[in-house]
Amino acid sequence: MPPVSVDGFPETFRREGRIVVVGASLAGLRAAETLRAEGFRGTLTMIGDEPHEPYDRPPLSKQVLLGLVPPDHTALPRRRAIDARWRLGTAATGLDAAAKEVRLADGDTVPYDRLLIATGVRSRPWPHELESDLDGVFVLRTRDHAARLHRRLSAGPRRVLVIGAGFTGSEIASACRGRGLPVTVAERGPAPLVGALGGVIGEVAAELQRAHGVDLRCGVQVTGLEGDSGGRVRRAHFSDGSAVDADVVVVCLGATRNTEWLAGSGLGAGPRGIACDAGCRAFDVRGIVTDDVFVAGDVARSPHPLFGYQFLSLEHWGNAVAQAETAAHNMISASVDRRPHLWMPSFWSAQFGVNIKSVGVPPMADQLLVTQGSLTEHRFTAVYGHQGRVIAATTFDQGKWLEFYERQIERAAPFPPEFPTVDRRPEGRHPIAAGFPDPSLPTHGPTVTLSGHSPADRRLSFTPRRA
Amino acid sequence: MRLVVDLNRCQGYAQCAFLAPDVFALHGAEALMYDPQPADDRRPQVLRAAHACPVQAITVEGEDVGRASDGGGAGASRVG
Amino acid sequence: MTSASPLRQILDPAHRADPYPLYAELRKTPVVRDGTGPYLVSTYWEIQELLHDPRVSSDARNLNPEAAAFLGQEEEDPNLPPTFLRLDPPDHDRLRDLAMRPFGPPHTPRRISDMRGELAGIVTQLIDGFRGRDHLDLVDSFAYPFPVTVICRLLGVPREDEPRFHVWADTLAAGLDPVHGTPEEREAQRETLRRARADLAAYLAGLVEERRRSPRDDMLSALATDHGPDGRMSPLEMVSTAALLLIAGHETTVNLITNGMLTLLRDPGLLRRLRDEPALAAPFVEELLRFDPPVQLLPQRTTLADIDIAGTTVPKGASLWLLLASGNRDPRRFPEPDRFLPERPDNQHLSFGSGIHTCFGAPLARLETQIALTELTRRLTGPRLAEDPPPYRRNAVLRGPRHLPVVIEGLAD
Repeated sequence: MPPVSVDGFPETFRREGRIVVVGASLAGLRAAETLRAEGFRGTLTMIGDEPHEPYDRPPLSKQVLLGLVPPDHTALPRRRAIDARWRLGTAATGLDAAAKEVRLADGDTVPYDRLLIATGVRSRPWPHELESDLDGVFVLRTRDHAARLHRRLSAGPRRVLVIGAGFTGSEIASACRGRGLPVTVAERGPAPLVGALGGVIGEVAAELQRAHGVDLRCGVQVTGLEGDSGGRVRRAHFSDGSAVDADVVVVCLGATRNTEWLAGSGLGAGPRGIACDAGCRAFDVRGIVTDDVFVAGDVARSPHPLFGYQFLSLEHWGNAVAQAETAAHNMISASVDRRPHLWMPSFWSAQFGVNIKSVGVPPMADQLLVTQGSLTEHRFTAVYGHQGRVIAATTFDQGKWLEFYERQIERAAPFPPEFPTVDRRPEGRHPIAAGFPDPSLPTHGPTVTLSGHSPADRRLSFTPRRA
Repeated sequence: MRLVVDLNRCQGYAQCAFLAPDVFALHGAEALMYDPQPADDRRPQVLRAAHACPVQAITVEGEDVGRASDGGGAGASRVG
Repeated sequence: MTSASPLRQILDPAHRADPYPLYAELRKTPVVRDGTGPYLVSTYWEIQELLHDPRVSSDARNLNPEAAAFLGQEEEDPNLPPTFLRLDPPDHDRLRDLAMRPFGPPHTPRRISDMRGELAGIVTQLIDGFRGRDHLDLVDSFAYPFPVTVICRLLGVPREDEPRFHVWADTLAAGLDPVHGTPEEREAQRETLRRARADLAAYLAGLVEERRRSPRDDMLSALATDHGPDGRMSPLEMVSTAALLLIAGHETTVNLITNGMLTLLRDPGLLRRLRDEPALAAPFVEELLRFDPPVQLLPQRTTLADIDIAGTTVPKGASLWLLLASGNRDPRRFPEPDRFLPERPDNQHLSFGSGIHTCFGAPLARLETQIALTELTRRLTGPRLAEDPPPYRRNAVLRGPRHLPVVIEGLAD
C-alpha cells in the first residue's frame, strides 16, 4: 500500500494509515491509547524488546524489592482497548527512513506511515566486563532485573553494596534497609542526589541514609570488584584505598538512551537521545525536522521554552505519559491542530520513609531558599532560583505545597520570593548556594511564562529582555 | 485487576490508604506504595479508594476513575 | 443583581434553602470585597490556588480585628487552645500528625476500614427502629443519631452523655457563623459560646483523665497514653482536639446524609439507580459532596502578604471567605455544574477543602454516608418527601436541613 500523507488528508490517515510504535513500555502504551481515543482506526503495531506487556517501572525499586508485591504484578492498566499487533520480545535493530521500515532482530521488516520511537533507556552496566559478569552483580531497570535481585536479597546476603546514590540507588538502599540488610552506598559526588537536587538537599539525603543505618561513603569511587574462585563477587575496592566485603553489588550509574539501533538511519540520534521539536517530531542529522518520525519519553530530547529553550532529556514518568499523549495527538493531526509539548518537569521518589517531590529543573539553579519547614526535620519546601527567577522547587513530605511553587515557576516569579510564608524558619531567611556541580549557564534570555491548565490550554507569553 | 497511581499528582491525602488498606499503604507521612495488581475480590474497596482520591490519581483498568492525564503537575482540565 | 452586601446575602436565612443562584451571581466576580469586610472567593481555580497558598494563614490569631469580632473569635479560650484547624505549620503539622496517629495511616491504617461492619450494624438498628411508622424525620431518626453514635464510639465518649454535649456541639457549630443582631444579642451569643466551650472542655478534660488512667481501645485513650516518636499532646491539646473531632463528627456528616436523602427523594430515578446498583454509592457520594456540601464555605483565613489573584490584589491582612459550595458549581471547572451526575468524571470537588487542612474525618464521612444511603434506599419502600424545601438550620457555614420529614409505605428487611 503506498504511503499515506497526512497533511491535507488527516481523515484518510486516521482511517487507513499505518502507525508503528517502537518501545512497548509506559510511553508506547499511553501513545497507543491516545491514538485510539482520538479516532485512529488504522493499523497499529507495537514493538518491544522485552517479552512482557507494558509494565510500570517505579514499583520495581520499591515495593517489589521490599517483597510487598511480586515483580509480575506490575503490568500497566490499559485505559482503553488498543487493537494492536504486538511484537514483544523482539528488538528493533534498524530504521530505513527512506523506505519507511523498521528492521527487527528476527529479520522481519515492519513498514509504517508514521513512526513513534519510545525506546527509553537502559541501565549503564559496570564498565569492567569481567567484574560485571561476577555472580552477585546486578543492575535494576527491568522487571527481570528486579525479580533476580529480589530473589538474591531474599537469600540474606551479608552486605549489599550500592554503587551510585542517585534516585535508583537510594531507593534500592532504602529497600535493603527496609529488609534489615546491611548496606554500603558508594557515591562519587559529595552527597546522594546531588546531581538532581544539589548539595544542600544532598546533605539532607545523606542524613536520612545514615539515620537509617546506611554505611554511606561519599566522594569515593569504586575502583574494582573482586570475586572468589566460584565467580561470585566478594569485595569492592574504593578510590580512598578502603574496601568493603559485599556479596551483592547493585550498579546504579545512570542510564543510556536506547538509540544504537538508529545508527545510520539519518535521524539525529545519539547517546543523549533523539532531539525533537516542540511537537515531538524527530530531527534528522542535518537538523531538519522529519514529517513522519515522532519521539516520546526517556529517549527524547525536547526544547522547553520555560527553561531557556534548552533541550531537556527527562527520565520522568510523567514526561513519558504527557509526551506520549502529545506525540500521539500530533501524529494524527493536521499541522494547525498540533500541540507543543510544554510539560512541567515533575518527579517523585519514595525513600527512607520520606516522599520527595520536585517540579521544574533544579540543576539550572544557582541559589536555593528553604521557604517552609526545616532541613534538619527532613520535612521542608525548598525553592530554587536562576538569575532572579524561580525555576524549581522540591519538597520532602510537604507535597501539598508544591503546586503553589509550580505556579511560581510558570509565572517566572522573582527569586528569592519576597513574601512571607507559614512555617518560615531561621534557615529560610536568606538564599544560599544550591550546590550543583558546575552548572552550564544559558544566556540571559527573555522571560517566558507559561499559563493554562490543560495540555490543550497551554499558552506562552513572551516578554523581551529589557534593553 | 490492574491499577496505577500517578504519583506526581499524589499529595498524600491518603484516602486510598484509609479505604483500601490491603492495597494502598503510606510509608512514612506521605509516600504511597500500593499493589498494582490486587486480587479481584478487592475491587469494591479499590473503587471506593479511587473515587475518594481528591486529585483523581488512581486509574483502574476497566473503570471510569482517574482523570484523563496530562502526565503530572497540578493542572486539571479546564472546560471551555 | 441587588446592591446588598454579598456577605449579608449569604448569611440571610432567606437563601438557606437554595444559595446556589446567589453563588452563581457572585462568580461573575471571582474575588470581591464585601464593603470593608472580607474578600469573597467564589470560583473553583481561585479557591484551589488559595487553599494551597503558603501566604494564607488559618491561624485565628491572625484575623484582623474586624474579622475576628465579626466571627466571634476575638479571644483565646484558655480551656480550649486552638486546634490544628486554626493553626499554621509547624504547630498545625505537629498536632494533626499526633491526632492522626490513632486514627489512620501510617500508624493505624485500619481503624476506619475495620469499622465497616460496626457502621452497618448501627445503620441496621436505626432503620429497624422505623418499623411501624409511616411518617419520619430522617434527621432526628437517623441522620443525627448515626454519626453521633459513631464518633462517640471512635473517640470513647459515652453515648449516654449525648444529651449533654448535643447542646454544646450545636452551639459551637452555630458559632462558626458570624454573630448577628444588636450588640446586646451578639454579646449574648458570644457568652453562650464561651459557656458551651467551657462546659465541653471541662467534660472532656474529665474524660481524658479517665481514659489516661484506664485506657480502652478508643482514640481518647490512645491520645492520652501514646508514646510516639514526636511525643504526646498536652492535656489541654487533647481536650481541644477531642472537642474538634466530636463537633466535626456531629455536625457535618449529619448534613451530608440528609442532603443525600433530600437529593435522592427529589429524583426518584436517581433513587432507583442507587437501589439497583449499590456499587454506585462511592461515586454517588462524591457527586453529592460536590453538589450540596455540608460545609458551604471557609470564613477564617487571612492573607500574610499581598496576593494577586483573578486580576485583583488581595492585600496583606485581609480576611478571606472561600465559598467551597460555589466553587463546586463553577462551569469553568465542571461541565453542567448544576446537574447531579453520579458518573461525572474527574470530580475533584472542594467539599473537604484541599491542601494541608483537608478534612481530617473525610474517610469516615465517606464510609458512613455510603453505607447510610445504600441501606436507606434499599429498605425504605415508597419514600416521599413530606415537605420540600425542608426547614433549614440557621447556619450558613455548616448548612443543612433541621428536619427532613418523609412518608414511607413500609420497610424492607
